[in-house]
Amino acid sequence: MSTPKIALKNVTKHFGPKKVLNGIDLEVAKGESLVVIGGSGTGKSVMLKSILGLLTPDSGSIQVDGQETTRLRSREREKLLHKFGMLFQGAALFDSLKVWENVAFGLIQGAHMPRAQAKEIAVAKLGAVGLTPDVAELSPSELSGGMQKRVGLARAIADEPEIIFFDEPTTGLDPIMADVINELIVQCVKDLGATAVTITHDMASARKIADRIAMIYQGRIIWTGHARDIDDSGNAYVDQFVHGRADGPIKMQIKAL
Amino acid sequence: MGFLAATGRAFLIFLEATGRLALFTGSALSHCVRPPLYPRQILRQMIDIGYYSLPVVGLTALFTGMVLALQSYSGFSRFQAEGAIATVVVLSITRELGPVLAGLMVAGRIGAAMAAEIGTMRVTEQIDALSTLSTNPHKYLVAPRLIAGLTMVPLLVIVADIIGVFGGFLVGVYRLDFNAASYINRTWEFLQPVDVISGLVKAAIFGFLIALMGCYHGYHSKGGAQGVGAATTNAVVSASIMILVWNYLITGLFFSTK
Ligand SMILES: Nc1ncnc2c1ncn2[C@@H]1O[C@H](COP(=O)(O)OP(=O)(O)O)[C@@H](O)[C@H]1O
Ligand SMILES: [Mg+2]
Repeated sequence: MSTPKIALKNVTKHFGPKKVLNGIDLEVAKGESLVVIGGSGTGKSVMLKSILGLLTPDSGSIQVDGQETTRLRSREREKLLHKFGMLFQGAALFDSLKVWENVAFGLIQGAHMPRAQAKEIAVAKLGAVGLTPDVAELSPSELSGGMQKRVGLARAIADEPEIIFFDEPTTGLDPIMADVINELIVQCVKDLGATAVTITHDMASARKIADRIAMIYQGRIIWTGHARDIDDSGNAYVDQFVHGRADGPIKMQIKAL
Repeated sequence: MGFLAATGRAFLIFLEATGRLALFTGSALSHCVRPPLYPRQILRQMIDIGYYSLPVVGLTALFTGMVLALQSYSGFSRFQAEGAIATVVVLSITRELGPVLAGLMVAGRIGAAMAAEIGTMRVTEQIDALSTLSTNPHKYLVAPRLIAGLTMVPLLVIVADIIGVFGGFLVGVYRLDFNAASYINRTWEFLQPVDVISGLVKAAIFGFLIALMGCYHGYHSKGGAQGVGAATTNAVVSASIMILVWNYLITGLFFSTK
């Protein structure tokens, strides 16, 4: 078997007394689209941020293309991050910059491209996510939630990354806009031939995007399998999540800790 | 026992905070001198600090100079020393009140704005987004603000010095009936370069501290709007206290009598 694009082995992370990641083991093959499902607060975002090095895990190993990344120095980290694009949960657009400057940010600051050329690419990328050139001159705060997600997507793909992360791309959108975003994600990932990891608790989104699905529960990956096997996983936890039932092995913490 | 444990814990937290601030400062400083720099960001901050603070700093200086002249007149006339007013005004303004009051006003205006902006960027994941776009947040956000603070507050203080002395002149000539030419003469007569230079050194350090506190508290803010609010308050309070402490230390360095 070839080296996986991303490999996590026994990754742990805690904040204060709270253990968020409890030994994550996960592999993502080159070119595949993996969707990680799991409840709110189960550590999905923390896992992605650990892979990117925005958070440092307490222990365990994270490899990208076979290269260990948990102990990288900041210069090497910057270089590694050229391989990545990320769409953040709240889009995380820079509100002091115009829309096109957001999309072109990685090209201008990271790749040192002249501004005029970067702007052309930015407008083209905005077109690829269904936004017209006049949006390019607006400020992010003038956009609706769905448009902000599109701009975030355009920014994530502008530098043509090898790996793209999507953190809850459809949360907070209406079902139709959610489906539009799902299709854009599938399209962009296919066009780039990129490896994608998507986090979501939206099953419609997971079915649409995933080649493979992994479920995270209490800081561990408790199930992985093909997307088509999700309905007969034989795992009670997965079943409960997929069908959205209140009773089952997953007990919601109703009272605060 | 409980008391000892609590004291120990507080001390550890203090050490941790000091260490974190030292690391933050070191890293930010190293990014100020290592290319690439971000000229657009530096310019934007310079305009924000230097240009947009002019009205508030100018007004502060004007009224401070005016009240200095008035106060020293009413005080000094008790022992027939009215002639020293011009000298008192210019020395007080250039050495102390120009840099300290400008520093405090800029801390309120700029330190708060920096903490709020960077804090909002932190809690909305914009700082994480910077990193994923291969841009170091210390270099892109913090270094330009430190450079701008360090360079622009001294310029503001030059303006404050001039306006403050002018305020004293206005009161001296138009209210206290001094002769204009002799007031101006008295202003220059005992003024030495070190008076102005010490004030500008203070200004540079204050500007740096204001930007540092704004960035540091913003950068480490957490927990939504409330966290950003706390960061803003902490930035202003800590910058103000540091200004007053450093003001004393620098004065000691420059003017301790042998
Ligand atoms: N920087 C942080 N500091 C402290 N606690 C954090 C931090 N980031 C996340 N957490 C905690 O870790 C848990 C998992 O968070 P997260 O990964 O964002 O959940 P989700 O699976 O919904 O994305 C949450 O309980 C959150 O409070
Ligand atoms: Mg999350």
